[in-house]
Amino acid sequence: MRAYISAFALAAAATAPALAQDLAVTNGRIVTNTEAGVIENGTVIIRGGEIAEIGADLEAPAGFEVIDADGGWITPGLFHPHTQLGLIEVGLEANTSDTAANEASFTASIDVADAFNPNGAHIPEARQGGITRFAVYPSTGPAIIGGRGALADTSGAEDSLFAAREFLFVDMSQSGANTAGGSRAAAWAFLRAAFEDARFYPGRFMSHHEGDAINRFDAAALVDASRGEIPIVMQVERAADIRRAIAFADANNALRLIVSGGGEAWMVADELAEAGIPVILDPLRNLPASFDVLAARLDGPARLHAAGVQTAYTTVSADLYFNVRLLRQHAGNAVAHGAEWEDAFRAISLTPAEIYGVGETYGALAEGYAGDVVVWDGDPLEVLSGVRAVAIGGEVQDLTSRQALLAERYAEEIANGEYGYRH
Amino acid sequence: MAAGAAVTALALAACDGTNGASTEPAEDTARETSQERAERRAEARDNGNARDRDENGLVRYAADPYPSTYAPFPSDTVLIRGATVFDGVGGEMENADVLMQDGRIALVGADLALPEGATEVDGTGRYVTPGVIDVHSHLGVGASPSTRAHSDVNEAVSPVTAEVWAEHGVWPQDPGFDHALAGGITTLHILPGSANLFGGRGVTLRNVPSRTVQGMKFPDAPYGLKMACGENPKRVYGQRSGPATRMGNMAGYREAWQRAVEYRNSWNRYWDAGDADATAPTRNFELDTLMGVLDGEILIQMHCYRADEMALILDMSEEFGYHVHTFHHAVEAYKIGDLLRESDTCAAVWADWGGFKMEAYDSIQENLPITHSYGACALIHSDDALGIQRLNQEVAKALGAGRRLGLEITDGEAVSWFTGNAARALGIEDETGSLEPGRRADVVIWSDHPLSTYAVADQVYIDGALMFDRADPAVRPVSDFRLGQPGQGVQ
Repeated sequence: MRAYISAFALAAAATAPALAQDLAVTNGRIVTNTEAGVIENGTVIIRGGEIAEIGADLEAPAGFEVIDADGGWITPGLFHPHTQLGLIEVGLEANTSDTAANEASFTASIDVADAFNPNGAHIPEARQGGITRFAVYPSTGPAIIGGRGALADTSGAEDSLFAAREFLFVDMSQSGANTAGGSRAAAWAFLRAAFEDARFYPGRFMSHHEGDAINRFDAAALVDASRGEIPIVMQVERAADIRRAIAFADANNALRLIVSGGGEAWMVADELAEAGIPVILDPLRNLPASFDVLAARLDGPARLHAAGVQTAYTTVSADLYFNVRLLRQHAGNAVAHGAEWEDAFRAISLTPAEIYGVGETYGALAEGYAGDVVVWDGDPLEVLSGVRAVAIGGEVQDLTSRQALLAERYAEEIANGEYGYRH
Repeated sequence: MAAGAAVTALALAACDGTNGASTEPAEDTARETSQERAERRAEARDNGNARDRDENGLVRYAADPYPSTYAPFPSDTVLIRGATVFDGVGGEMENADVLMQDGRIALVGADLALPEGATEVDGTGRYVTPGVIDVHSHLGVGASPSTRAHSDVNEAVSPVTAEVWAEHGVWPQDPGFDHALAGGITTLHILPGSANLFGGRGVTLRNVPSRTVQGMKFPDAPYGLKMACGENPKRVYGQRSGPATRMGNMAGYREAWQRAVEYRNSWNRYWDAGDADATAPTRNFELDTLMGVLDGEILIQMHCYRADEMALILDMSEEFGYHVHTFHHAVEAYKIGDLLRESDTCAAVWADWGGFKMEAYDSIQENLPITHSYGACALIHSDDALGIQRLNQEVAKALGAGRRLGLEITDGEAVSWFTGNAARALGIEDETGSLEPGRRADVVIWSDHPLSTYAVADQVYIDGALMFDRADPAVRPVSDFRLGQPGQGVQ
């Protein structure tokens, strides 16, 4: 058996990112994520990094860099709603990870932007998998409030983290109960007390030195979330816990709540839809892996979509850094178990952008949107399909990665009829 | 509906023929009757350890003291008509028929005649593969829900625990078995974990509902011995007794193998002397298992990530005279495809897991296809209760990555990565993993091409018996744990 390394020759040719942000992507099946639906044999024209025009009968303007999709699919870049990209290299090596501060006393004031590394080795792999934007999450440390997350792109550029302190992460699931001292009731007591500390900030800290739950600096950091200026992503799985979360949001009118986890969210789908609370869940989790998720099921996503719940997908059952690239496989499995293709694709592109308040800039191919475009050799939700080209903000991206170089090194030797890389 | 499904599932487990509307009585020859069992026990009690002596009066312990009581569920003669058929050993046939008779594959071909009384199943537009085999699962020993009480994976009290057997920790009611069946899994190998240098014996199971693990044991399948390289043993024991380093790992293996060689020699000397009055060597359960490996009866199933470590392990197997049957996880198999081919050692791998520790840092999606292209035996495995539900997709991801790299691999070869090669990795390739006539009729009918994300298993047959039918909730096992729980009856 012989290997032909033509794919790498192509990749090498495309290595240098275009300086200009003028780009035409031609000759593909365009998924717009808008009312325009799917455009066959279409072209996307990006001018100055933004999408200028989309249609079936467009000519690439003179002087524009052109990517010929060659009959493949052209889609918006994927938006992963739930990662720790840039925070971690190797799971079991604590010194390579900034996901959680287990010995720290800070909570809401923790800001992942202070730890983010745009040169992390897993970011090019996510890019190679068609992901162009992502949310960066803190894990919780010694308290149920993990800190504030950010939004970034996968270009690896020094300014790729484009929005810091965009949401607050709180764990109210079984693990949150453990963190809070051993029961859900303690976790809720802590959360209510922390919100009181924020609500009465700074006055409370003038008469007392300490808050009821959190210190003065953390209370200041919690103010935005308590006023609904940024959303609270709440980790909850069990139907009863989700109902408590809905009630908490209801009792604190200003709060903007996002449910993360959502193993049993389908059981409270109507209530979530009515409250307008989005859900971020992993479509693959169908086991009674804990007493939190006894009712998790593969058609959960389909049921949430049918009920009108704003639903985005994540890869938490794989991981949140090395295999975030599997997002599209997780979406494909939602389709295999009843979700509409359009809903599932939206759940990994436009819906996450909407959940984080940037749905008018990212996640769709329409005039005025950022030029985040991926060219695929087939249906992106098919596991056999692959990425041919990626543009972020109109700039064509390098698709090499450490893994790609390893594969090239060892496969090349097969092509030469020799045994392995020997040095 | 949920209650009805439960009742029917119970009936299914009782072999009363509701499964597949069979008119044949359950095959009962393989099952020991309760009376026979009582007699056997009484005899053993009355004769002391006489049953542990051979015809010459020499001590020879039973190799299989917890024998399989598995018997196939009732089956019809079934002809699947007009499907695209992957045979599990590289072949693909369009518009082909598959005939299952007496629980075995009878024939695969075009325009087969429908035997009298046979059930015809329309395979038009659908795809047939052998039943999916997972060579690396902890279902039952690390059961859902993953409570502390369900943690029966690692006997992490000493780095050498070859004396423990996974089957003594398997909980047959793990709901994960049912979900795996929905993903086409008909056979799976349950291993102890990788905390220890020698983790213990693994067992190969049929994926059928059963009250006992004996009722799931694959008849006559060889045992595996789980061993582990690298980071896990040294992490678990580094602050305790050791090993604390990879050097210590190797020293620990060698010390145990040397004891096993001497133990085996002492038994062989005893047996060769043929003196029934001589004192037999003292039995050692740990060394019994290692001796089984040296005798070629127990297959090494070794967790090992790095290329350089696998190469050392292969040398060690030469040093002590055994064979490494399969490396599991084998994240760097692609770096030593030549060595694996020359040693006739299989590499069981993930499609794309990696990064979680240093020895998994060089994980690439092309691992499986590159290793395969070197001519080595390569295959997929899950090590995961979710991953086991879609090994076909894991294979598709690896295949896609390999093809984008320029490797020429057919769909049929890729299907062998979750069927035929997996059977080979467990030493059961003469029984399952392919659709060659005479093999067990372990068959999956897929709704779509099995390398598509959208494919789901429509029907799953084990030994010709319909065990899962997507269209009929009554033909799906429901574990005891699910009864009355919020998730009952869903998949």
